[in-house]
Amino acid sequence: MTDPLDPRPEDLKQRVWESIQRDELPPRDDRGRMRVVMNNLVLHLHPSKVAKASLKFTYTWGLGGLALLLVMLLSLTGVMLMFVYTPSPDTAYQDMLSLQTEIRFGQFIRNVHHWSGNLLVIVAFLHMLRVFFTGGFRTPREFNWILGLSLLLLVIAANFTGYLLPWDQLAYWAVTVGSSLLSFVPLIGEGLRNFLLGGPEVSAATLTNFYGLHVAIIPLTLMGVISFHIWRVRKDGLSIPHRLDGSIDGATGHQIEKVTTLPHLVSRELAFALVMTGAILLWSVWVDAPLETAANPDHSPNPAKAAWYFMGLQELLLHFHPVFGAIVIPLLGLGMLAFLPYQRFDLSAEGVWFRSQKGRWMAYVGAITGIVGVPLLVLLDEYYLDLPGTFPNLPTAISNGWIPLAALLLMLITYYDGMKRFFKASACETRQSVFVLLVMSFIVLTVIGVAFRGEGMTLMAPWEVQ
Amino acid sequence: MTDRVHVENTVSRRDFLKIAWGAAGALALVEAAGVGLSFFAPRIVEGEFGGGFEAGLVDSFPVGSVTPFTQGRFYLVRMSDGGFLALYRKCTHLGCAVPWNPAEGRFVCPCHASAFERDGTVINPPAPRPLDRFVVTIEDGMVKVDTGKAISRDKTSADDLVYAGGVA
Repeated sequence: MTDPLDPRPEDLKQRVWESIQRDELPPRDDRGRMRVVMNNLVLHLHPSKVAKASLKFTYTWGLGGLALLLVMLLSLTGVMLMFVYTPSPDTAYQDMLSLQTEIRFGQFIRNVHHWSGNLLVIVAFLHMLRVFFTGGFRTPREFNWILGLSLLLLVIAANFTGYLLPWDQLAYWAVTVGSSLLSFVPLIGEGLRNFLLGGPEVSAATLTNFYGLHVAIIPLTLMGVISFHIWRVRKDGLSIPHRLDGSIDGATGHQIEKVTTLPHLVSRELAFALVMTGAILLWSVWVDAPLETAANPDHSPNPAKAAWYFMGLQELLLHFHPVFGAIVIPLLGLGMLAFLPYQRFDLSAEGVWFRSQKGRWMAYVGAITGIVGVPLLVLLDEYYLDLPGTFPNLPTAISNGWIPLAALLLMLITYYDGMKRFFKASACETRQSVFVLLVMSFIVLTVIGVAFRGEGMTLMAPWEVQ
Repeated sequence: MTDRVHVENTVSRRDFLKIAWGAAGALALVEAAGVGLSFFAPRIVEGEFGGGFEAGLVDSFPVGSVTPFTQGRFYLVRMSDGGFLALYRKCTHLGCAVPWNPAEGRFVCPCHASAFERDGTVINPPAPRPLDRFVVTIEDGMVKVDTGKAISRDKTSADDLVYAGGVA
């Protein structure tokens, strides 16, 4: 006579295993596969079934998954680094040196952390572009776009706080320059900067603050928002790729075919993660993370550059009053990004790369306008235009802030209107073209800042920049 | 009529409790924020940058000289008319340490090529305002600089200068 609540009291091994893993492994059928996904703590962030068409690699490029992989690599190597590093100006740089010369695999672990961190900024950015260009933010995914945007900001914050920790010249002055951007926020800027730095300048207090933010506050927040982000993908469903004619890409006709997440999605994720981990490890074997001489608060290097992902902003600062370069324009950009999913979207454009054939042409025009226009404007401002000199009686916030900003906005409005008329395009397609133009402008500004600015931040050919 | 007004102004027990809980919650949040802000507020260390400095005797600074004080992070400038001025070495653009260039007779920032006159006036943007200054006092021929608070200014002024023995 067996107890119905305890059917196999004799088989202890089996009972222990089943108390841990409730579903049969390997699962027998699709039902079993779905149960495994549903009942697993990690896997249940995924839906139990996904549209087969969405698995197409060239639709997502695996960018979201890659970002998650990088976060995992960063957590692992980051925790390892915590054991060999003390966040104090007296010891930090020494710890870096011993990390690179004495500790076995120290340089390698640092390289993996450094390169993963930098790659994460790029991957998160590309992921955002992918979602935009395939219309992945459309209803019901608007809020997940906002979550993604906050993840991008968190990633940048993580990268920026980590930038200081080696306490070399690069770290010290990049953080000095970067945090000075904050001080231009009207009224509360100085206080905000002093609060973040723990004083008026980058100092021991700054290192303590940034360490706490970098190893605890930002990673914890990041983990929470990432889980939320992935869970929302499950709730909202993956967006489905479409061809220009409206048929589903990677499928015959318009029928949405679904397959089980295990193994179809999970195996793809694992394979891609393995390949990318291999690539990052290989890269880290060969290419060392930079380390300059120890931080010297008395001597700014020439040129003193912010972290590369802030170089677009720093380039803007060379042309605008600081309040505009550091605050108004970035906030306008962020505001536009946040507002994007709440605007009208062509129904036929969902899942279609660049909306439509017309959208593709208009995207090209936007990209080329950015590539040609931005360098022209930079050269114009560098050599011919002297707005504060032209209007000596006006405060520079007007002559070098409101006036050029108004001029740029006017150009953008003209561009929007001209493109819309010329291509007889929808607002959705035209907005995309403007988006491409702005993104390309930001990339071009970043490239100019990184590669074309040398001593004294003057323009020069890339091979003259040390 | 008065009854109806009376009824409309009555807060139900449910609403009252809702408001009370909301207010208590908001108060708790404000308190927590206050604790957090004070806990993480910048800690000022006495005797380091941020304190007072005795720069030296008036006569040890020749007229027209610019003397750097690395510890205090300022330059003690003596203008051609004998007036003293203490300039914070931090660039008003993005905070780089601005070195004095004796050959050109001006401060040139290595970060974004901002240039300043001897008295801190902007010669070359992107710096949006003159170099900040510290308060200088002269007691018994000793020049003292208080680095506690950098004074930002929109324009340089002759009033910023301090003279030995009152106004020269």
